[in-house]
Amino acid sequence: MSESHTDAAISSAWSGGVSPFAIGSKKLGMWLFIISDALTFTALLVAYSYSRLTNPNWPTPFPIWPAIALSSMMSVILLSSSLTMVMGVAAAARGDRRATVKWILLTMLGGALFIVLHMYEWLHLIDDGLRPFSNPWNGSPLFGATFFGVTGMHMTHVAIGVLYLGVIATGFGRGKFTPEDVEVSGLYWHFVDLVWMFVFPLIYLMSVKY
Amino acid sequence: MSAHAETHAAGATKTYVWVWFWLVAITGIEVFLAYEHIRPDIMLTILVGLSTIKVALIMAYFMHLRWEKLSLVLWLIPAMVFCICMILIFFFPDGFRLERQRQEKPLSQNSIPAGNVHVWRV
Repeated sequence: MSESHTDAAISSAWSGGVSPFAIGSKKLGMWLFIISDALTFTALLVAYSYSRLTNPNWPTPFPIWPAIALSSMMSVILLSSSLTMVMGVAAAARGDRRATVKWILLTMLGGALFIVLHMYEWLHLIDDGLRPFSNPWNGSPLFGATFFGVTGMHMTHVAIGVLYLGVIATGFGRGKFTPEDVEVSGLYWHFVDLVWMFVFPLIYLMSVKY
Repeated sequence: MSAHAETHAAGATKTYVWVWFWLVAITGIEVFLAYEHIRPDIMLTILVGLSTIKVALIMAYFMHLRWEKLSLVLWLIPAMVFCICMILIFFFPDGFRLERQRQEKPLSQNSIPAGNVHVWRV
């Protein structure tokens, strides 16, 4: 290889020390995590959908109130919290620290409200007799396993997201974190919202009680 | 903040609110469809289709992929879509086959062989 070729290789975007995708390492790391976590949820939702289609006695226990009304409300809350998060990221990029913290706190409020409503819905179903391996409707026992498995996994992500945003809001308010940190936490939050966009129709809307 | 930056921020806010509006609207359509009596396989396909549109909007606007370098998008998304297709290709042809079979010949509790009853009643 001639010398000029070696120089070109060293100075190329792929020779290290630069960012070929023009984003920071934290953001790239978060994107990689999101892709792998998306595949985890895909596996869960595909296994659920297969069971839903192939079991002849899949329970359809969700009445308008509380299940469908609450889960629809939870979808709107989560979508709205994504909007407040994106406003927070924009405020951080402008360097407006106070507005950033305000928007992130609003986002956390949305997340907390989501968890409260979801827990109410869970307790209601548990009260009815739904368990991970059985249900009171004489339907496929897989219903409880997939319901608690998928929604529980998602709720864990929401809870972790609320804590994560709490750390970011505190740190950014004190000037410890950069706007990139806020943007990276925003990516995580939007991902949690994105997963619910599949969980809601597949788990709830596919099992409405007419 | 300069006047230009302020105009830009206002424009971005408007875009975000519009995206949010469409996301809520599509959610409303999904809830409406849930109460139409549609065959489960067709329903599943429609709901997943609508949700894919929602997810694309979230990724493009809220997660800023629209404004990232194309190389990043090409690096992340096609590989994930490929993996998802590989998962789907094994499950769904069989899932739909069994589902259709059931539509043609509904399986009542009485028609299940006695030995298999425990599968349905736990």
